[in-house]
Amino acid sequence: MERHEYDVVVIGAGGAGLRAAIEARQQGKRTAIVCKSLFGKAHTVMAEGGAAAAMGNVNPNDNWMVHFRDTMRGGKFLNNWRMAELHAKEAPDRVWELEAWGALFDRTKDGKISQRNFGGHEYPRLAHVGDRTGLEMIRTLQQRVVALQQEDEKLHGDPEAYIKVFAECTITRLLKEGDAIAGAFGYWRETGDFVVFDAPAVVLATGGIGKSFVVTSNSWEYTGDGHALAMLAGANLINMEFIQFHPTGMVWPPSVRGILVTESVRGDGGVLRNSEGRRFMFDYIPDVFKDKYATTEEEADRWYDDQAGNRRPPELLPRDEVARAINSEVKAGRGSPQGGVFLDVSTRLPAAEITRRLPSMHHQFKELADVDITKEPMQVGPTCHYVMGGVEVDADTGAASVPGLFAAGEVSGGMHGSNRLGGNSLSDLLVFGRRAGAGAAAYIDGLARRPAAAAGLVEEARAEALAPLERTGGENPYEVHHELQRTMNDLVGIIRKSEEIGEALQVIEKLKERAKNTASAGSRIYNPGWHLAIDLRNMLLVSEAVAKAALLREESRGGHTRDDYPGMSPEWRRKLLRVTLTPDESGVNVEERVQPSMRSDLISLFERGELEKYLTEEELAEYDAAVKES
Amino acid sequence: MGYKAKFRVWRGEGGEGRLEDFTVEVNEGEVVLDVIHRLQATQTPDLAVRWNCKAGKCGSCSMEINGKPRLGCMTRMSTFEEDETITVTPLRTFPVIKDLVTDVSFNYQKAREVPSFTPPADVKPGEYRMQQIDVERSQEFRKCIECFMCQNVCHVIRDHEENKPNFSGPRYFIRIAELDMHPYDVADRKEPAQDEHGLGYCNITKCCTEVCPEHIKITDNAIIPMKERVVDRKYDPLVWLGSKIFKRQR
Repeated sequence: MERHEYDVVVIGAGGAGLRAAIEARQQGKRTAIVCKSLFGKAHTVMAEGGAAAAMGNVNPNDNWMVHFRDTMRGGKFLNNWRMAELHAKEAPDRVWELEAWGALFDRTKDGKISQRNFGGHEYPRLAHVGDRTGLEMIRTLQQRVVALQQEDEKLHGDPEAYIKVFAECTITRLLKEGDAIAGAFGYWRETGDFVVFDAPAVVLATGGIGKSFVVTSNSWEYTGDGHALAMLAGANLINMEFIQFHPTGMVWPPSVRGILVTESVRGDGGVLRNSEGRRFMFDYIPDVFKDKYATTEEEADRWYDDQAGNRRPPELLPRDEVARAINSEVKAGRGSPQGGVFLDVSTRLPAAEITRRLPSMHHQFKELADVDITKEPMQVGPTCHYVMGGVEVDADTGAASVPGLFAAGEVSGGMHGSNRLGGNSLSDLLVFGRRAGAGAAAYIDGLARRPAAAAGLVEEARAEALAPLERTGGENPYEVHHELQRTMNDLVGIIRKSEEIGEALQVIEKLKERAKNTASAGSRIYNPGWHLAIDLRNMLLVSEAVAKAALLREESRGGHTRDDYPGMSPEWRRKLLRVTLTPDESGVNVEERVQPSMRSDLISLFERGELEKYLTEEELAEYDAAVKES
Repeated sequence: MGYKAKFRVWRGEGGEGRLEDFTVEVNEGEVVLDVIHRLQATQTPDLAVRWNCKAGKCGSCSMEINGKPRLGCMTRMSTFEEDETITVTPLRTFPVIKDLVTDVSFNYQKAREVPSFTPPADVKPGEYRMQQIDVERSQEFRKCIECFMCQNVCHVIRDHEENKPNFSGPRYFIRIAELDMHPYDVADRKEPAQDEHGLGYCNITKCCTEVCPEHIKITDNAIIPMKERVVDRKYDPLVWLGSKIFKRQR
């Protein structure tokens, strides 16, 4: 069997994976990047709006503290505050670093990086390139990897001496010796041949889980691999009940349902209307945000030119609020003909300005829906977009509870609390990708001996992967997948209730049995039916984690809305739901953990009046003491 | 709404293959990639195709549809007649791995041969100051989604395997142009473009520009200006004299 030895194996080649790999290599570690698609195709390319970083280029009042507050508010104070702090402090440096690696962001008049408005961000904060920021980011990181390889070629005569990309290669198991990570096992998609990586450190950067839902902005790769691999290796997940439904996905034609319509449309002036022509978001401003959002169309429209004198338009509320509002309008019978609402920029900006600021949206609607967004409104509705939950990690190093295991980006949990702000994902990838790469490097430096994968593990992994090919006459993996997607979409979707989640869990149990009996026709060479059969294990484990956590959390907060528990509860804010694998690997358990209190200098950044909406009396007393002390 | 379409799809691996006929359901608003996916789910579970974003942003699902390079996700079924047989084949310029999936490693090899962005040593991160109008020229080329259809259609390599070692192709000409036009790049891009990347092989038939799904004006905005500058440099008598004088000092 093909075998490679590395210091660090990074699984995933999106923004977080590439940034982690670059860091590990820059710290002198031999690094492998293993990814399911071709190099440069990862899901990050689909990010449109921008990377949030308080550089203060457009509004000099912006700084890390304002960004930190916005992030905590967006996550309804459930965020890991240390991660939110590091993120807000380090994002500007990470963006500037990209520029030094060749990224070309849009500019302000004085030649700095331009920044755009986005939901939940108090000031214009998103560094961007039109509406294709993710592409710019992935290309810049990809080209940085190439630059390092060119350096290595000069120094060592081999471009792949210190950093190598293993593209179209899927990892199905992490290997351990005792408690510690010893490597990873996978297969080449191209040939179906197996491959083992011996490495003391593994960085998970596999992104999200959207492929467990029918209507999603996510690509086929988002099967929750990292989430599942982490649990199978003994690590914990947190916050799995929180899933972001992006308010604006395409709703027509059916085949593109769910494809993302960037929030920049609203950031740049687009408005949401129902079938009666009403800007309905004014009816949905929640109490916790009452003081920050305009109550009339006139004030909202003035804000685009004068942000100091006016409050923000409610179209720019955090994503969870907007998604729920759209859902309610459609349910109330005020939706658009194709089952969404109208998002209109055509009456708000001149046509030339729309095509300059939103070129890929213009292109996407023209090509896929035959709609010219400079002339008519778009129809949009919520789409499964992002999972806030993920591997529980140490904020500073990205280390999971399993020695040698690290995670960064969407696959890690905590940073975004119960709801992520738009633009905070691209900056998250950079900040915590770098930290996880550095964390892995430091971990290796402290090792006395490299662990070696326990005997038998590789053989077990091989048998598990081959099983669907060796069965005949079993289940069609495409059918099992489709039923899972329907179940999660309908029963554990944007609005949840106890009976429906319970029903979903029953279906998942049945699907788990069926998934054990899938059969894939054809050879091992580039066989998508076989690949899907293998991915089902991960999707089912992760779906069970989502459903079980969603059932337990009896409140509504951010990306978790319970019809039967509509309020937000300060007691629940103190609780994190931690998911682990059952000992026989057949399912997951969920347990409550206490959320650590915020450090006093950080909590002092908030007004008491705001905290009263979120915290328990006990926590407020701690706050009063902290303020008194300072 | 739906109808049964006739599809003819190239299937094969290990250097052998043939066109196979299918009759498959098509619904309103669908694209060719949707139909390929329906084939996978209902008739041929092991039909190999690359795809990711399904929104024309990642450049994975490049294929030849009725002989023309297209993104499967951006080719609407409504552009064909209902009784038309639609033929789907892999990109011709690259070796087939299986079915519609080709070995595009040639492109990654060429990417590594273009020296990376080279800023002046004394500019620190955060200090870059550039005007929008100056970055827009390079931004056009950075829209490239690396679908490699320009590489696939370029006749210099499409039918001439022997040219591949000496020719980087349109995708990498725009990469060189992008760096050349970057306000902070200090490396010499012009002579290598001609001498090492085979710019001279291009005879401006604009096939690459025509297939670009991002509508990048590859020929007019990248290749022709670079050819002109290479010529300026090579045949400018002062540059010629200068290069003779300074050669010895280098």
